[in-house]
Amino acid sequence: MKRPVELPHAGDDVAMLEATWAEPSGVIGWLSHVDHKSIGRRYLVTAFVYFLIGGVLAGLMRIQLSRPDNGLIGPDLYNQIFTTHGTTMMFLFAVPVMQALGIYFVPLMVGARSIAFPRLIAFSYWMFLFGGIFLYVSFLLNAGPDVGWFAYPPLSEALYSPSKRADVWAQLITFTEVASLATAVSLITTVFKMRAPGMTLNRIPLFVWAEVVTAFMVLFAMPAVMLASTALILDRLVNTHFFDVEHAGDALLWQHLFWFFGHPEVYIIFIPGSGLVSMIVATFSRRPMFGYLAVVLSLVSTAFMGFGLWVHHMFATGLPQLGESFFTAASIMIAIPTGIQIFSWIATMWSGRIVVKSPMLWVLGFFAIFVCGGLTGVMLAAVPLNTQLHDTFFVVAHLHYVLVGGAIFPLFGAFYYWFPKITGRMLSERLARWVFGCFFVGFNLTFFPMHLLGLHGMPRRIYTYPGGMDWGTLNLTASLGALLMGCGAVLFIVDALTALRAGELAPDNPWGASTLEWATSSPPPNSNFLRPPTVAGREPLWDNPPDQPVVVGLRADVRDVLVTHVLDAEPDHRVEFPEPSIWPFLTGLATTAMFIWSIFTPWGVVYGALPIFVAMVGWFWPSRPDEGGTHPWPIRRRTLPLPNEAPASGGVI
Amino acid sequence: MSEPRTLDVGSLPPGAFGSRSLMWWGTMGIVLIEGTVFALAIATYFFFRTRMAAWPPDGVAPPDLFCGTVNTVVMLASLIPNELAKRAGEQVNLRRVRIWLVACLVFGVGFNAVRIYEFRHLNVMWDHDAYGSIVWLLLGLHTTHIVTDFLDTAVLAVLMFVGPIEEKRFIDVEENAAYWYFVVLAWLPIYGVIYWAPRLI
Repeated sequence: MKRPVELPHAGDDVAMLEATWAEPSGVIGWLSHVDHKSIGRRYLVTAFVYFLIGGVLAGLMRIQLSRPDNGLIGPDLYNQIFTTHGTTMMFLFAVPVMQALGIYFVPLMVGARSIAFPRLIAFSYWMFLFGGIFLYVSFLLNAGPDVGWFAYPPLSEALYSPSKRADVWAQLITFTEVASLATAVSLITTVFKMRAPGMTLNRIPLFVWAEVVTAFMVLFAMPAVMLASTALILDRLVNTHFFDVEHAGDALLWQHLFWFFGHPEVYIIFIPGSGLVSMIVATFSRRPMFGYLAVVLSLVSTAFMGFGLWVHHMFATGLPQLGESFFTAASIMIAIPTGIQIFSWIATMWSGRIVVKSPMLWVLGFFAIFVCGGLTGVMLAAVPLNTQLHDTFFVVAHLHYVLVGGAIFPLFGAFYYWFPKITGRMLSERLARWVFGCFFVGFNLTFFPMHLLGLHGMPRRIYTYPGGMDWGTLNLTASLGALLMGCGAVLFIVDALTALRAGELAPDNPWGASTLEWATSSPPPNSNFLRPPTVAGREPLWDNPPDQPVVVGLRADVRDVLVTHVLDAEPDHRVEFPEPSIWPFLTGLATTAMFIWSIFTPWGVVYGALPIFVAMVGWFWPSRPDEGGTHPWPIRRRTLPLPNEAPASGGVI
Repeated sequence: MSEPRTLDVGSLPPGAFGSRSLMWWGTMGIVLIEGTVFALAIATYFFFRTRMAAWPPDGVAPPDLFCGTVNTVVMLASLIPNELAKRAGEQVNLRRVRIWLVACLVFGVGFNAVRIYEFRHLNVMWDHDAYGSIVWLLLGLHTTHIVTDFLDTAVLAVLMFVGPIEEKRFIDVEENAAYWYFVVLAWLPIYGVIYWAPRLI
């Protein structure tokens, strides 16, 4: 907060700035986009399409199960459907869509002109897109995975799954994990090094905290499943024996590795959801979030604890009792940080002035559903009950209450909250209530009866059941609920398409929110902020003084970005960001070819690596010749400061 | 509405070395990911150990020490030109960057070549049993790293010879060296596990 400086008008050329940050057009141009808003939009739309396809698969299952002894879908196809449904929702929807929100909004919320490593983000998107296409082409070729979304050996080993179906599953995992890891690295770097001057660590918006905590979880969790799925492919392709009991391998190893990823995965999905809730609750309670520090610490401790309870997925495997007791305690303990968050939200709403607009509606729905899911989670943490209910519909009910409640409801809240920012148009408040009503009622109709079905002993993953079991009525209820949710989804799409075409124009800050993404126009300009902001508090749009400084001095003729210090976000140096490039797309294509090739022969890895190498060299190689004085040749010595030299500017907020 | 004050960042330098640079954060992200993979693979090794009565299993000899130990020495020695390349990068000294990158590559050819003999002296095949599988996986995982690190460095070296060179490429030199450090230092626990664990436990 010091030293006002005169605005240097030279170089403050808005038209040149916007042209510099514009993305190219044409087919090649379209494939070359690196702007985080463009990639983020594609990511969001693609994830939503996968969500719809996964929903159609769920609908097929509900049709099949709606009455006893139904012969519509046979067991073989049913196995492919439930596996592809679960795989889609976990790997192609829930994780990517949360990261997609991060790709679009984290740079805006920290006041940056770009995301870090924009070409890496483009590569991440192509891997994600190609992975999904690979899964669904396989599905249409009757090679859809059929071993469940966690693909336990020995079922998934070559002896019991001789076709390529299990390989499709294992390689889809590789696609999505590569995409997810790339995004995580970009988000971490963006949050720690590219925040607006003045945005110290304790002023970072809670959604951004949630995204960065999640990104760290991704770094440590995803390698486990990549290692496991690689070992599975090796077992199937070159006769290694990782999971083969006859040759001293162990099928339990799979479960350890998978759930060491799989349980953190739940929090990788839920933590961004809770970040969304914190943003929406604060905005629509018209006050800053209560207990900011406690909420941040809850997110971090949830992330740590999330790695310490994977064994509660394995209680039925007969592990030593001491181990089971430890993991029971850990599973119950993780309710504490989640409880702290819930009480902070309640306190915020209690002491605020609640405005029930559409985003808030979804958050209220989230509270009801997520708390129910949390309670059945505490139940399932108890070993005796867990053993009784293992692999029944009770587990299906629980996981949908947690994941739909914890992630999908906040996510729909976020769609309504941020749709105006992304598109410049408002969604209909009236239709929003119908969409929410269909979803909320439909969801509970679908999944609440599954608790009872599970308690009555109905196993999950069966394609039909005999009439004598008396499960028909509850199953029919569930199927009708699914129909209602489907109606909600259709209404939502209609609403979104109508709004895109003829919706009311959105102002910059339609909800009167406090974070920086609302400080720019709707939709944001190419450069995000014509003049990048600085901040003086946790809620910049509420508590910045009217003459809060803006950043000037970044070049308008290249993609110049400000890098700041980790802790206090003081300006440190500038970096010229890369131009759009076709190479991330080509690298994605080459990697896809290698991944698919390697399902069929191990030599695919060797020969397939060559095009990847070529594409990556193309990616790395400077496209621009020397620019005279700017990039002199031969190079000047010591034009960059050494690490121990102070930055040249005294400009400090 | 009054005109806001301004914060002029125009005089800030166009890049920085070490943890101030974005590249450092990207490199460390990759290091965390790969390090987790190595740690989990080592955990898998010991998981199998708890499942077997004898280690290595009956009729299998431990890997021969000679090639692995020679390669460990070569890799550790490569840290010297690596450190010198890093310092040359930080000093934006193109001539020394060229010299030491080439020196690194010479070492890289050395330890990649010795690696072939390491595979041939493991004394077990991957399809023998779970012990063979995890030993090959550990050595294979690390081999992908020394191969890719060698190729990265080669591409960077070629760029430093033929240009066009921008100043920010010297940050790449520094980060390339940081990754080289990781690949070599990550080898030490893997070397201990592959070659010494069967003898000591």
